Amino acid sequence: MAASLVDEPDLKTSSKQATWTLNFGPQHPATHTTLRLVLELDGERIIKATPDIGYLHSGFEKLGEHLNYNQYVTVADRKNYISPPMNEVAWHNAVEKLLGVELTPRCQYIRVIIGELSRISDHLLATGAAALDLGAFTAFLYAFNLREQIYDVYEEMSGYRFHPGYTRVGGVLYDFNDRVLDRIRKFLSNFPVVWRDMEKLLFRNRIFLDRMRGIGRLSKEDAIALSCTGPIARASGVPFDLRKDAPYLAYPDFDFDVVYCEEGDCWARFMVRMEEMRQSARIIEQAVAKLPGGPANLPIAEKLNLPDKATVYNSIEGLIQHFELIMPNRGFETPVNEVYAAVESPNGELGYYLVADGSEFAWRVRTRPPSFIHFAVFPHIIKGHALADVVAVLGSLSIIAAELDR
Amino acid sequence: MSTATTSPSVDHQAATLKTLASIFGDGVYSATRFRDNLRLYVPPSRLIDLLTALRDQCGYALLSEVGGTDYLGYPGRTRSRFEVHYVVRNLDTAATVVVKAGVDDPDPTLPSAVPLWEGANWMEREVFDMFGIRFEGHPDLRRILMPEEFVAFPLRKDYPLRGRGERHNFPRLTRGES
Repeated sequence: MAASLVDEPDLKTSSKQATWTLNFGPQHPATHTTLRLVLELDGERIIKATPDIGYLHSGFEKLGEHLNYNQYVTVADRKNYISPPMNEVAWHNAVEKLLGVELTPRCQYIRVIIGELSRISDHLLATGAAALDLGAFTAFLYAFNLREQIYDVYEEMSGYRFHPGYTRVGGVLYDFNDRVLDRIRKFLSNFPVVWRDMEKLLFRNRIFLDRMRGIGRLSKEDAIALSCTGPIARASGVPFDLRKDAPYLAYPDFDFDVVYCEEGDCWARFMVRMEEMRQSARIIEQAVAKLPGGPANLPIAEKLNLPDKATVYNSIEGLIQHFELIMPNRGFETPVNEVYAAVESPNGELGYYLVADGSEFAWRVRTRPPSFIHFAVFPHIIKGHALADVVAVLGSLSIIAAELDR
Repeated sequence: MSTATTSPSVDHQAATLKTLASIFGDGVYSATRFRDNLRLYVPPSRLIDLLTALRDQCGYALLSEVGGTDYLGYPGRTRSRFEVHYVVRNLDTAATVVVKAGVDDPDPTLPSAVPLWEGANWMEREVFDMFGIRFEGHPDLRRILMPEEFVAFPLRKDYPLRGRGERHNFPRLTRGES
């Protein structure tokens, strides 16, 4: 066997006529999203997989050049629609680094909480759907039921269930109130119960184990060479986590562990996600308990936040600030410079390369999409496995087509 | 953010600059800093040398990201029209370095980083797809997000937001032809 997956020679068949080609997707229930694979098969063994992507390409990066830094949050939301708040946090993290803004402690905590909620939401779907694809329907329903409670939190905090559009430059849309915190506490009390249910259903499930173990193996060297990050890299023995290694927001305040495995197969990726959910719940518990008081948004003297309505209607400063930010040809003043900033999203490093030209619109919004980079790994790790393993490997990589194609 | 000026990665970046200076001396690249980013501008001919040195001598094992930018009409622009950025990350110190290489019309071409990192494969294809920058030595330089029939490069600044009507003129297959 070759040292690296990348150098591995093409598989040979006994006779050329024996191979057949199967078109998998773009509409297929097990892809969950719109992506296409052209599989060359020898019987049921995969000789070669060729991904064909772009079916969901919507020009999100081009749109970023025509929307201002607050407006673009609605588009950032729609990239990884399984964990929208994390996209918002990543986007405004880059914008605030460009502007050189330091957030208030309360806002940093709020962003940590919504980010970790979205990580749990993503991992519940990724692990639940992995189970669903391999025939374990019940675990999927338990996971999805719990995700509803995360949507309830989103709804309470912002008014929107699916795409909250919650962060703003220098702050958030509305401050957390007691009802939001109650919903989060309710979610936290239900989470361990559901987690244990999933554990009981899946961890010793013979069919599930047989179909996950040893499938889609990715070595540590390959994971690094193929630019993998997040749970995919951590399942292959790269214990790197931006929250720990290059902390941003309030992450240094929290006690949590970086989860990693060394096997690098589908089972390892599944287990890393399961354990990461518990770590995220730990972070949320600490953050809710220690949530600092004071304002969530920066003072209006910073000329960054949209002031709330009471301030706009009752003070001249608020009115002027609102006018300055909303009217065309006013808005933000940005440095003529560029910056790269990344956060640890549920799927891996989610970064923005932001080029600003001094106006309220970005010159270039480049997303570093983890799904795109992880899908490039797929043809390498599926080689030689059976057709039925395609869904197991796809599920373990957790490819979100909206982020893949943007 | 608070990490803007106090980040420990700044020390690692200084160490990296020292190592690079001992390898390349002066005049190969120019370094600028903004917030916690360290940017190295390098001519295309020395791009692969610099990336190799970063990977092998300075420990930047992970190619985090590759992307392009079109600076047509950018305020105060004097350098080339296109730039491609490579963000490399050191997995031990978590430090990042942004390497930027500029190319110009009429035939923007850069050497490919795929021999160094297989992970550059799809990201370079995307830069080619969106900006028309060719990567010499890339094993499979095809469009990746746009359809094969597409001729324009949509993220260039002279391409309009709403397109040029290509969508209405895509070839249509009937069920019999497919």
